[in-house]
Amino acid sequence: MTIILGVLEEGLIYAILALGIYITYTILDFPDLSVDGTFPMGAALTSTLILAGVNPVLSLFLAFLAGAAAGALTGLIHVKCRVRDLLSGIIMMTALYSVNLRIAGGKSNQPIFSKETIFENAFLASFVPEALNPYLVVLLLLVIVLLCKFGLDLFLNTRSGYLLRAVGDNETLVTSLAKDKGKVKILGLAIANAFAALSGAVYCQQKGFFEITIGTGAMVIGLASVIIGTQGLRRIPAIKATTAVILGSILYKACVSIAISLGMEPSDLKLITAVLFLLILLVSKVRGRKRGKLHD
Amino acid sequence: MIELKGIHKYYNAGTVNEMCLFHNFNMNIQDHEFVSVVGSNGSGKTSLLNLICGSIPVDSGSILMNGKDITKMPEFKRQQRIGRVYQNPALGTCPHMTILENMSLADNKGKPFNLRLGTNRKRIAFYRDILRPLGLGLEDKLYVKVGALSGGQRQAMALLMSTMTPIDFLILDEHTAALDPKTADIIMRLTDQIVREKQLTTIMVTHNLRYAVEYGSRLYMMHQGQAILDKVGTEKKNLKVEDILDKFNEISIECGN
Repeated sequence: MTIILGVLEEGLIYAILALGIYITYTILDFPDLSVDGTFPMGAALTSTLILAGVNPVLSLFLAFLAGAAAGALTGLIHVKCRVRDLLSGIIMMTALYSVNLRIAGGKSNQPIFSKETIFENAFLASFVPEALNPYLVVLLLLVIVLLCKFGLDLFLNTRSGYLLRAVGDNETLVTSLAKDKGKVKILGLAIANAFAALSGAVYCQQKGFFEITIGTGAMVIGLASVIIGTQGLRRIPAIKATTAVILGSILYKACVSIAISLGMEPSDLKLITAVLFLLILLVSKVRGRKRGKLHD
Repeated sequence: MIELKGIHKYYNAGTVNEMCLFHNFNMNIQDHEFVSVVGSNGSGKTSLLNLICGSIPVDSGSILMNGKDITKMPEFKRQQRIGRVYQNPALGTCPHMTILENMSLADNKGKPFNLRLGTNRKRIAFYRDILRPLGLGLEDKLYVKVGALSGGQRQAMALLMSTMTPIDFLILDEHTAALDPKTADIIMRLTDQIVREKQLTTIMVTHNLRYAVEYGSRLYMMHQGQAILDKVGTEKKNLKVEDILDKFNEISIECGN
């Protein structure tokens, strides 16, 4: 039971990140590596803010905004400086490594164990019954993830959202509609990295610490979830792509958990992450159809 | 009205492959004129469209649209008054979005792309009404992704989409070239009908000499960045495919083909 809860917790936390990567990779067709920097940035920011006495919920919003700003910067580097997509992400990711250390006051890890978080606070303790406690984290995460999912679904159905989908589908058409495709890309990257930072912030509050290394492989984890979700579950028409991505994230974390229970060391985590990702890529290739570009 | 004044355009300037495409090129396109542009490969037809739309910059010279200098205006801003249909049917639509979503996108051109709903339910009946005359059954497939449609169906949609909102100019870049003869005829008739209804100033590049002769009010033949034939009015009406073919043969002899 604890293992299942653990998988759900991790899966749901990373599902927020996966939603962000769904925007860049699937909708925008932009391999965005800056999430490796914005994910820990969310964690660094929320840990520092909480230590400074800021409300944990407010710190999530601030992390979301900071992520959006960083994402917009990646977009500006790509659009205005005409740097290739992959390189813009790498530049941002590298720069953010130092920025994140600064945010965390120069420390490569920053615990917030004794502080109140969205998962442990006096307000929750006042009305949540004892029996519910083991499931509390999963329930809260579910609420956050669903908020993100429905928010994204709603956005993708607005005029602005249509344009975002169009720019990844056919840039020429966006120009034909007399819209600046560069601006649309910047907007997409901002939203995606806002999700990444929020995911990192939630991660930090749940684990009780910030660690500079948590960002390594964030892109791979998110992308694996997106591919499992959109490729693996595409046969079921009733499932929306955003839902599929969330389920993909949980499935992915389940696979990692199985690998560890089969005798791998926790220090092998990144190796497992990489190998699993490769396997997923190969399987989705073998299954024929090249790209998993579906939106709903 | 579109005016091109003293246009110079070089490709690969400063290298051994330098090629002069336009040297002091001038052209005026009057309001409500329908120009068919023909010419051999590399004569500058598509470059002409790209210069007008701003897809490629001019080296020198100026382009005026309705009397306003647009030489420095970025491509996307010029599209406010221009509708453009490409040779490749895939360029005019979004394959992963449904027909309804594509129509809505086109319908919102010129409006702010804000957080209002992407599809206005009240417009659905209108979309059906303009899709029905195509006779392609698209009005009953509003929720089908455009990627599942044939090239001809997509091109018909691209044409509708590019002319849905008020525009002054229609730019057609060999828009029937990738279609089978029957579909090409349908698209061409549809084009003519839309141009007449909306009184659009149209520039159509085509390799189909029959279309160039049959449709439009002006025929413009290009060779090496210059006009070698420019017929308007009755002269254009009396023009036959053979006349253009003869001219083509002349060019070919010059080039040694």
